[in-house]
Amino acid sequence: MKRLAKWRLLPLFAVMALLAGCGEPFLSALQPAGEVAQLQFDLMLLSTAIMVGVIVIVTVLFIIAITRFRRKSENEIPKQVEGSHKLEIIWTAIPILLVFVLAIPTVAATFKLADVSPMDEKNEDGKTDALVVNVRANLYWWEFEYPNEEIVTSQDLIVPTDEKVYFNLIASDVKHSFWIPSVGGKMDTNTENINRFWLNFDDAAADEAGRIFYGKCAELCGPSHALMDFKVKALPRAEFDQWVTDMKAVTEPVQAETAEAQAGQEVFNNSCIGCHAVTPANTTPEAARMGPNLTDFGNRTLVAGILENNEENIKKWLKDPEAIKPGNKMTGKYDLSDEEIDAVTEYLMGLKVQE
Amino acid sequence: MSTYAQKKGVGAVIWDYLTTVDHKKIAILYLIAGGFFFLLGGLEAMFIRIQLAIPNNNFVSAGLYNEILTMHGTTMIFLAAMPLLFAFMNAVMPLQIGARDVAFPFLNSLGFWLFFFGGIFLNLSWFLGGAPDAGWTSYASLSLASEGHGIDFYALGLQIAGFGTLIGGINFLVTIINMRAPGMTYMRMPLFTWSTFVASALILFAFPPLTIGVFFLTFDRMFGANFFDHTMGGNTIIWEHLFWIFGHPEVYILILPSFGIFSEIFATFSRKRLFGYSSMVFATVLIGFLGFMVWAHHMFTTGLGPIANAIFAVATMAIAVPTGIKIFNWIFTMWGGSIKFTTPMLYAVAFIPSFVMGGVTGVMLGAAAADYQYHDTYFVVAHFHYVIVGGVVFALLAGTHFYWPKMFGTMLNELLGKITFWLFLIGFHLTFFIQHFLGLIGMPRRIFTFLPGQGLETGNLISTIGAFLMAVATIVLLVNIVITSVKNVKVGNDPWGDGRTLEWALPSPPPFYNFKQLPLVRGLDPYWIEKMNGNKEMTPAEPIGDIHMPNNSFIPFMISLGLFIAAFGVMYRVDHAWGLPVLIAGLAITFGSMMVRSIKDDHGYHIHKEDLLEDEDKGVKA
Amino acid sequence: MQAEEKFTPETWPASPEKSTLEAKNKFLGFWLFLGGETVLFATLFATYLALKDKVPGTDHALAKDLFEMPLVFLMTMILLTSSLTSVYAMYHMKNFDFKKMQLWLGITVLLGFAFLGLEIYEFNHYVHEFHHTFTSSAFGSAFYTLVGFHGAHVAFGLAWFITLMVRNSKRGLDLYTAPKFYVASLYWHFIDVVWVFIFTVVYLMGMVG
Repeated sequence: MKRLAKWRLLPLFAVMALLAGCGEPFLSALQPAGEVAQLQFDLMLLSTAIMVGVIVIVTVLFIIAITRFRRKSENEIPKQVEGSHKLEIIWTAIPILLVFVLAIPTVAATFKLADVSPMDEKNEDGKTDALVVNVRANLYWWEFEYPNEEIVTSQDLIVPTDEKVYFNLIASDVKHSFWIPSVGGKMDTNTENINRFWLNFDDAAADEAGRIFYGKCAELCGPSHALMDFKVKALPRAEFDQWVTDMKAVTEPVQAETAEAQAGQEVFNNSCIGCHAVTPANTTPEAARMGPNLTDFGNRTLVAGILENNEENIKKWLKDPEAIKPGNKMTGKYDLSDEEIDAVTEYLMGLKVQE
Repeated sequence: MSTYAQKKGVGAVIWDYLTTVDHKKIAILYLIAGGFFFLLGGLEAMFIRIQLAIPNNNFVSAGLYNEILTMHGTTMIFLAAMPLLFAFMNAVMPLQIGARDVAFPFLNSLGFWLFFFGGIFLNLSWFLGGAPDAGWTSYASLSLASEGHGIDFYALGLQIAGFGTLIGGINFLVTIINMRAPGMTYMRMPLFTWSTFVASALILFAFPPLTIGVFFLTFDRMFGANFFDHTMGGNTIIWEHLFWIFGHPEVYILILPSFGIFSEIFATFSRKRLFGYSSMVFATVLIGFLGFMVWAHHMFTTGLGPIANAIFAVATMAIAVPTGIKIFNWIFTMWGGSIKFTTPMLYAVAFIPSFVMGGVTGVMLGAAAADYQYHDTYFVVAHFHYVIVGGVVFALLAGTHFYWPKMFGTMLNELLGKITFWLFLIGFHLTFFIQHFLGLIGMPRRIFTFLPGQGLETGNLISTIGAFLMAVATIVLLVNIVITSVKNVKVGNDPWGDGRTLEWALPSPPPFYNFKQLPLVRGLDPYWIEKMNGNKEMTPAEPIGDIHMPNNSFIPFMISLGLFIAAFGVMYRVDHAWGLPVLIAGLAITFGSMMVRSIKDDHGYHIHKEDLLEDEDKGVKA
Repeated sequence: MQAEEKFTPETWPASPEKSTLEAKNKFLGFWLFLGGETVLFATLFATYLALKDKVPGTDHALAKDLFEMPLVFLMTMILLTSSLTSVYAMYHMKNFDFKKMQLWLGITVLLGFAFLGLEIYEFNHYVHEFHHTFTSSAFGSAFYTLVGFHGAHVAFGLAWFITLMVRNSKRGLDLYTAPKFYVASLYWHFIDVVWVFIFTVVYLMGMVG
C-alpha cells in the first residue's frame, strides 16, 4: 500500500523534494529524520495527493465554466436548471470514499504514535528498559531529566539514535509545547497532567544534520515564546552511554582550576547556585530546580537557547538577560559587577563533563 | 404629510442613528463600526508582517507583538467579520423574506450597542496599560499568568459584545421563523436567509459556552476563583474545551453567511437559479450540525488520547463532504449560465479556488497524526487565513459591492472595485500561500521574531510584500467609497439588472417600512419569476392598510453604556476604592434602563393608509 | 386583534400568550433564549462534574461531607411547589381571572423567597462550618458558580414577577400584558427544571460519593 502510494506520487515527490530544499535538515518537517516524522510525512503525502486530485478536478470544471459560459448578449436567458440527482450523488459519494481512504491510515497512525506501553513495563529495579526522558518546560527554558539514569540536564537534550525514546511532558508555569520538527510532531506540556509520547532519532539523518536538531516551543507562552528553542544532540548509543557515565561521575561541584575561574565559582556559589545546580543528580525536588542545570554548560551548543556559546555572548547574557530574552525569570535576581561577570563566565566555560 | 422624508440637520441624524430600531439603519451602523474595526485589525496585521519581514527585527518589542497578534485575531473575528456579516444580515435578510422589520427591533438595536461598547472597551486597553497578550484563544495558564489588565479587557469586552451577538442570533431566528411573507415557505427562502438562519442557530448554542468560559476567566482573575489554577484543583484544559466548543462553530458562524452571499451572487450573475437548491440547504444545515462535533481537532496535541483524536479526526474529515457538495453546486450554477463578471462576481469566482485551497488543508489538518506536525505552526496560520480571508473576507468585499446600492441607493465604481479585487487577490495568495511551507519547515505560529539561518527568511519577506498589496487594495476600496458617496448617483430598484430575490423588487434604499403591501411569493427567486412573467413588481398579498411601526429608543444605548461602565468597575475594583461604586453605578444604569423599558409602555405607532397612498401619488421615495 | 383592546372572559382568546404577532415573536424568542440557557447550564454542569471534589489538600471538605438531605429536599419541594402555583396562575390568566392570577403569583413569589432564603442559609453554613468558599478550591468555585447561577436566576425571576404584578396591578389583563406574565412563568419553570438537575447531579450524586 505504502509503496503503491509512493509510486503514484512521483510527480508530487519531485515538487516536495524541491520544497524540501528550502528547509534546513535540522529543522524541517519535510526532511523527516526519524520513524515518527517519516510516518507523518507519508500521511502528509497521501493527503496532499488526494487533495491535489480534488483541486485538479475542481479547477478543470471551474475553468471550463467561467470561460465557456460568459455572457454574450444582454438579452440571453439561460435555462433555469433545478439540479441533477445523478451529479449530486456522484459528488457526494466520491468525497465520502476519499475521506475513507484518508481516514483509515490516519486512525492507524494516531494509535501507533500514542503507543507508550513500554513506559509502563517496569523491571525489578522499578525502572523501564526503554529510555525515558522527563521533559519539564519553563518560561523560557527546558529541563530534561533521565529518571532511569538519575541525572538532569537542561537546554540540550541528549538522546541515543535508532531506538525509541519515550517522553513524559509537563510544564511548571504556563503551557508550552514540545516540538522537534524534523524528528516528529509536537505534544503539549500541560500544567496539570503529564503527557506521554515517543520519538525515534534516525542515525543517518542525524549525521547529515550535524548531530544537532532544533527543538521549539510551539505554544504561545509569553514575550519570549519565539526564543524558547532547545537543541537535540542525537548520538550513537555508545556515545550516549559514555555521556551518561561522565555525567554521573559528577557528584560534587567540580572545583575550578584557574584563579579567575575560582573567583567566579565563589561568586556563583553566592549569587547563582540558589537556582542553578552544577551537579546532575535528580535528587533535588522539581520545585527547587528554578533555573537550568549547568553541569555540562561548557558543552552547550548555545547560550540561552539562541546565542552561540562563547565568552562574549555569555557576558552579554549575564549583563542584561532582558535584552536577549524579554520576560525571562533571571532578570533582576542578582547584582554582579563587570569583573564578577567576567569571573563567572570563566567558571561557566569550564563546566564540561566531557572534553 | 410625509414628515419622515424631510431633510434633517446633522444633530438630528446622529440622534436618529443613536436611537434607531430600523434594521436598515442598524445595518449601516454595523457596517461602519465593523468596517472601522476591520481597518484597525488590518493595521495590526500590517505591524505583524512588518515585524516578521526580516529576521531579528525590532520594529515592535516582544511583549507588544503579543498584544498586537492577540488584538488582530480578536478584533478580526469578533469585531470585524461577525459585525460586517450582521450588517448584511440586517440589511438584506428581512427584505429577502418579505418582512417589514426584524422580530425584535428594540433588541436589534440593543445587540448593536452591546457589540459596539464591548469592542470599544476591548480597544481602550491600548491606552490603559496594555492590550491582552495571550492570543485570541487566551489559553488559561498564560491568560492567568498575564500581568496588568490586558486579559481583563479581553474577558469583559468579549462578554459584553457576546451578549449582543447572542441577542442578534435569537432575533434573526424568530424573524425567519415568524415573519416570512405569504408564500415564502422554508424551501423558497434565498440561500443567504437560510445561512443566516443556520448561523443564528449556531450562535444560540455556541455562545453560551464562551460566556461561561469567559465568566470563569473573569472569576479567576478578578474574584479569586480557581477554575484554571491547578494548584487549587483547577484544570486549564476546561478552558480549551469551552473555548473550542464555541470556537469551532464560530468558524461556521462566519463562513455559512459568506456561502450565502456567494450563492446569491452566483445565481444573480449567472442568470440562473442555484443548482441543487435543496442539497445546498441540506449541506448548510449539515455543516452547521457537524460544526459542533469537531471542536477537539483544535486540541489534537493537548493529549486527549488516541481514541478521542481518532474520532474527532474522522468527524472533521466528514465536513469535507457537504462542503464539497456546495463547491460543485456553485460551479454547476455557472455551468450553462450567462456569466457577467461584475466586481461581486469576480470575488465569487475567485472564492472557489481560494476556498478549496483552505478546505483541503483543513482536511489535511484533520488527519490527527499528521496534525502533530502542522499544529500551531504557520501551516495552520495559512489554512485559516485561506478559509477566513478566501471565504469570509472575499464574501464581505463581494457583499459590500453587491449590496451597496441596496443599502445606500448608489453604486460603487466598478473600475475601482475591480482594481481592489485584483490587488487583494494577488496580495492574499502572495501573503498566505508561502506560509504553508514556512510552517512545514519549522516556523511555529505566534513568534515575534525568527533567527537567521533557519531557512525562514525568503518566505517571510514574500509574505510581507503580499500583505502590502492587500493594504493598498483596502485603500483603493476606501477611495471608491468616498468618491461614490460624493457623487451619489441614485439608482433604481434592481441596479444590477439581474436581481432574483425580493430585496431587488424594492426601491434602493427601501422605504423605512420596506413593503407597502406584503408581497405574494410564488416560488424560489420570486422577483425573477415576476420579471419572467413580464411583471414590473411583486404581486401584493394584501390590500394597502395601516402599518404598525416601533418607536425609536435611546434605552439600548443606555443599557449598553451601563455595562460598559460596570466593566471598568469590575476591573479596577481590586486596585482602587472607586471600583466598586463604579460597578454599582454601571449596573444601576443598565438595570434602571431595563426597568424603564418594562414599565413604560411602548406600543409604537401606525403609518396610516392615507399617507401611504399619498406617497404613492407623489412618487416619494421615502 | 389589537394589543390594547379591552376584553371580557367571553371574548378572551384561548391562547392569549400568542394572539398577536408581537406575542408570537416573544413566545418563540423566549423559547430560543431558554435553549441558549440550557447550553449555558449544561456547560456549568460539565465543569462542575470535572472539578467536583478537586481540592488542594486533604483538610478540605468534599461533596459527601457537605450536603445534607433534609435541607436540600425541603428546598426542592418548595421550588417544585412554586412551579405548580405558577401553573395555577397561568390557568387563571387563561380564564381571564386577574385577581386569582395575582394571588397565585403572590404565593409563587413567597415560595421563591423561601427557597432563596434557605439557599443563603445553606451557603452560609458551608462557609462557616466547612470553610468551603468560592476561593478555597476549584471544587468550591465550580459549586458556587453552578448553584449560584441558579440562585441568581431565581432572584431575577422574583424581581421579574414582582415588577409585573406591581406594574399591571391597575390595568389587568390584555393581549399586551398576558404574554408578559406567560413568558415570566415559562422562565420560572425553566429555573425549576434546572434545579431538578442540580438536585440530582450535585446533591444526590454528591451524597453517594
